[in-house]
Amino acid sequence: MNKKVFLGALTVAGLAAGASAAATLDDVKARGSLKCGSNEGLAGFAAPDANGVWQGFDVSLCRAIAAAVLGDAQAVEFVPLTSQTRFTALAAGEVDVLIRNSTWTFSRDTDLKLDFKGVNYYDGQGFMVRSDIGVSSAKELDGTTVCIQTGTTTELNLADYFRVNNISYEPVPVATNAEGQQQYLAGACDVYTTDISGLAATRATFENASEHVILPEVVSKEPLGPAVRHGDSEWGDIVGWTLSALIAAEEYGVTSANVSELSANPTANPEINRLLGTEGELGAMIGLDKDWAARAIAAVGNYGEVFERNIGEATPIGLARGLNAQWTDGGLLYAAPFR
Amino acid sequence: MSTQNTHPVAYVRREMLDPAAPPPGQTGVIRWMRENLVSSWFNAILTFVALYVIWYVLSGILPWTLNGIWNATSLNDCRAIRDARGLESAACWAVINERWLQILFGFYPTDDPLLARLFHGEALAAAGGVDTVFNGGLNATQRIEFVSAMKNQTSNGLILFFGYWRPMLALLLLVVAVAPVLYSSLPRSMLLFSLAYPFVAFFLLWGGSVWLPVLVALGLVACILIGRTLASRFGMLGGTLGGLLAFLLIFMNPLSFLGITGVFPLLPTVQGVFDSILPWGLAAVSSDQFGGFMLAIIIGTSGIVLSLPLGIALALGRQSSMPLIQWVCVAFIEVIRGVPLIVWLFTASLLLNYFLPPGTSFDLLLRVIIMVTLFASAYLAEVVRGGLAALPNGQYEAANSLGLDYWKSMRLIILPQALKISIPGIVNTFIGLFKDTTLVVFIGLRDPLGLTNAIRATSEWNGIYWELYIFVGLLFFTFCFFMSRYSMYLEQRLRTDHR
Amino acid sequence: MAEATDPPRESFRLSQLLYDARYRSMTIQVVAAILIMLLLVELVDNTVTNLAALGKDIRFGFLWSTAGYDINQQLIPFTSQDTHARAAVVGILNTLVVAVLGCILATIIGVLAGVLRLSSNWLVARIMTFYVEAMRNTPLLIWILIVFAVMTEATPQPRDFREGGSASLILWDSVAISNRGVYIPRPIWAEGSMLVVAVFILSVIGIFILRNVARKRQQDTGQILPVFRLSLALFFLPTLLAYFVMGRPVTLEMPELGGFNFAGGIQIRNSFIALWLALSLYTSAFIAEIVRSGILAVSKGQTEAAFALGIQPNRTMQLIILPQALRVIIPPLISQYLNLTKNSSLAIAVGYMDVRSTLGGITINQTGRELEGMLLLGIFYLITSLIISSAMNFYNSSVKLKER
Repeated sequence: MNKKVFLGALTVAGLAAGASAAATLDDVKARGSLKCGSNEGLAGFAAPDANGVWQGFDVSLCRAIAAAVLGDAQAVEFVPLTSQTRFTALAAGEVDVLIRNSTWTFSRDTDLKLDFKGVNYYDGQGFMVRSDIGVSSAKELDGTTVCIQTGTTTELNLADYFRVNNISYEPVPVATNAEGQQQYLAGACDVYTTDISGLAATRATFENASEHVILPEVVSKEPLGPAVRHGDSEWGDIVGWTLSALIAAEEYGVTSANVSELSANPTANPEINRLLGTEGELGAMIGLDKDWAARAIAAVGNYGEVFERNIGEATPIGLARGLNAQWTDGGLLYAAPFR
Repeated sequence: MSTQNTHPVAYVRREMLDPAAPPPGQTGVIRWMRENLVSSWFNAILTFVALYVIWYVLSGILPWTLNGIWNATSLNDCRAIRDARGLESAACWAVINERWLQILFGFYPTDDPLLARLFHGEALAAAGGVDTVFNGGLNATQRIEFVSAMKNQTSNGLILFFGYWRPMLALLLLVVAVAPVLYSSLPRSMLLFSLAYPFVAFFLLWGGSVWLPVLVALGLVACILIGRTLASRFGMLGGTLGGLLAFLLIFMNPLSFLGITGVFPLLPTVQGVFDSILPWGLAAVSSDQFGGFMLAIIIGTSGIVLSLPLGIALALGRQSSMPLIQWVCVAFIEVIRGVPLIVWLFTASLLLNYFLPPGTSFDLLLRVIIMVTLFASAYLAEVVRGGLAALPNGQYEAANSLGLDYWKSMRLIILPQALKISIPGIVNTFIGLFKDTTLVVFIGLRDPLGLTNAIRATSEWNGIYWELYIFVGLLFFTFCFFMSRYSMYLEQRLRTDHR
Repeated sequence: MAEATDPPRESFRLSQLLYDARYRSMTIQVVAAILIMLLLVELVDNTVTNLAALGKDIRFGFLWSTAGYDINQQLIPFTSQDTHARAAVVGILNTLVVAVLGCILATIIGVLAGVLRLSSNWLVARIMTFYVEAMRNTPLLIWILIVFAVMTEATPQPRDFREGGSASLILWDSVAISNRGVYIPRPIWAEGSMLVVAVFILSVIGIFILRNVARKRQQDTGQILPVFRLSLALFFLPTLLAYFVMGRPVTLEMPELGGFNFAGGIQIRNSFIALWLALSLYTSAFIAEIVRSGILAVSKGQTEAAFALGIQPNRTMQLIILPQALRVIIPPLISQYLNLTKNSSLAIAVGYMDVRSTLGGITINQTGRELEGMLLLGIFYLITSLIISSAMNFYNSSVKLKER
């Protein structure tokens, strides 16, 4: 085949990225780094600091996966993707995993040939308005101008919600969160709508945050989660179970502080032992060694630590756990058993 | 007649008077103002309006600019300082002060070991020396902590010259490489360096083994030499085929369809040998890490340079007497020029991988460079066509009457002249392309505008934009302005008609 | 006495295909055709294989499914329940509107700037030079972003128009400039208004006839009619007359502040204005240069010759300079129009819903049909630019100097 010949030449030239065949795990290991599709910039979820080091909630999951697979939480290349290019980039093999507050929907999971591997943040679409316009419910938004990020599910939810409730509105499409924030603050739109986490993150950075309120209505379900290519189940398992490990760690009280101690010797709790690899061979079942989960937890902490550090109530973003609490605390986080 | 002057006439003055001073309104500044500003009522009104416009614009911009705050850690900090100084409006240049390196270079890695050795020898020694810190002793997290702490203590100016010496050197050499093309007074032997420059730049920017670019260059030279030797012995056909065969053997594996691998291509084998003997090289940088203004320069420059051969071929093809060739070239040029660059970029980002053999995938930067090259080649073809059309017919006829064949007449007579008069057009195409590189932000590459988005996404600088737009705009303006001045100067010099 | 004979007929040899100039071009073309066919087959084959590997196919059925999203600026009615195809049409119309209006405004500003750059007023000429250089040497995208930021930051919000607010409507309370757009009065066509419109159209036709008559008369007899004043009168008087005779059938609906926004009137959205202005300003700098060089290209001898013939300055401009300058100006001007049309695809930066944002943006994103969507998008732009460039070729051939 002639094309293989051509390919050979370019691989030689050192510029061709690895083939996007089935075995993503092998690719990642061979490359020595994880390519993680991330947001171009969303405060609290993914943004680079002055030294170019990425920080955030979604970023931490990428780092946890890198720690589990490669043993190095910093061995991640962040590929910023726009809302319009993200799924194609994943399908084309430009990234190994997409963790870019993407909503798990039926058509994305099936028609776009992606596999969502769990939920790292349960979100919902909400509305933010100025408190002085005297609106207390989304039903009163008739005739408003609404800023909305294009290329997202929010666009469709908004159209549905306002049509069903027979409310007229004027959409102002914006490309990025930063632009939407600028438009909203300048008063070019009355309402800014996106996922509530995004609204809270945006509101947190306002000069006068108290002048803006987030309306109580949540008009959609937005389970945000990591996505991988359809058809590579082994890699999907690794991504999914790394997330589960972080969630389970919080449930069992494993933190980045005590994980080294707990994983040194078997403890009384067999779940913790299987999770941290002191009992059983769970790591080998997904093609990793037995310390994989311990490394991930040591690198970024358990789910609760990641949450509190990046978007929790102590941070400027100030999100409450809400739906994202453990099932034991009335939330939706419910990791499948490590067995 | 002089003799007539010998008769003194009473009413004829014998000696010259000193010229009288011109009337006060006709000299110096006043005259200049009269002629240039208030030569008529209409002109006076225009002047007045112009002065008002200038005052209006400057009174809005200057206080904001000059009162700007240069030292702050976040936008809120800036606002606090502004209020403390009692200013109504003030630019927050602190964001530029903190992030200008990022806007210039994106997340291109700095040469940390060099920085550490030069400026933080003690800290480095305390951490265990270069080998411990950078070559495996510390894990990535500790290393990043060390580097962050080190960079926070180093001034941005030092980082610019020592941390980013690779892109800076590449830029400097670019100037050297382009100079002989642009200034014909320089020695022609410098053109050899221009030819070698792409390989040098590749090595500097992407790093990796030094043998790769060296061997690729040598391989290409070898192909040409083999082709020439064979051509002198077996004629043109033999030469071409021989050159092609050499190319195939060196760069590709012509036996792969038989299932035989490992022997060919020769290049990686030879490189492996050299690497094991002399493992020289620089730290490899992947394309994902390229960004900022540097990215714009890389895309723009490589787009123009790579598209030159293709553009010339298309221009010649468009003039060809063979209908099929002509038709194909016209179709290619029109299709490329008829569709906006942003659509092509989305094609590069969304579709290009579909057109390539299954299993191949280039990284985004390379795809964008491929697309931009195709795009620029269509525009260059039109520029070169203009140059070809500007040559008088006599040149073609003279070449024919000397008995030169098509390629020789093109190479020796037509193209040198046509390309020379096309240079201003090529420079203008480059300026256009360079400005258009900002569009890559829409497909997620981190060009300067993309970085402004990333900077605005951090909680410190959320909500800032004027300062960033102005900085990025000025960067582009400076670059493009001098390029366009140069192209105008060139046009002036090449203009041989006297009007 | 020698007898003339035909040269011996050579039999055709295979090497002639390569070394005989008569056959060589044929050989090259055949080889090229084969190579191009192979390349195309390879591309199509790759695409089909790659799509199949992803479980996709090439179908255009998605165009007829429900779009599900709303579009703010719609020249034809559109709701979220309409199809993707209709959304594409809405986008195409939006692209065409901004392109046409952009071309018009860019020409006006460009001609003005080009002429003023040649002004004898030093200050004005310098300002215009600065304007042209600043516009030409900074990327269009940055201009779009800056104009958009100015539009949203420097103009008042609708709520500032309330009682006690800082802003007010201009032009006798008929136009509101806010950071959501400019609201202008909407004409309401009552009974009898069609007659007014008909009269207006007739008088425009009348103006054209008048100009033709005047030109013919000048060529035949040398007499010059005051065309400008007559046309001006013809433009306004009959229409006004009909308007008042019919009892003022056309009224204006003024924009008024409603609950959150202005109600009534026509809203010209900010995204549109920002894109329109930025495109026009940017392109006008290039047009200014074209106009300037066009005027400079007409040799001074032409003006002097006209003056020597005793032709007045303004008629010299009209009859001698302009026709020659236009020959130089129009072809690059049209290619600037082409550029402007293509650049309108930067609408993405301000959220203006042009065809790239609807068909090439949201539709592709919601359906995952990037190949089909990009193909349709490319075809649309290609057709548009082919139409514009064939207009240019038509003009070029009609004004071509007839060489002997």
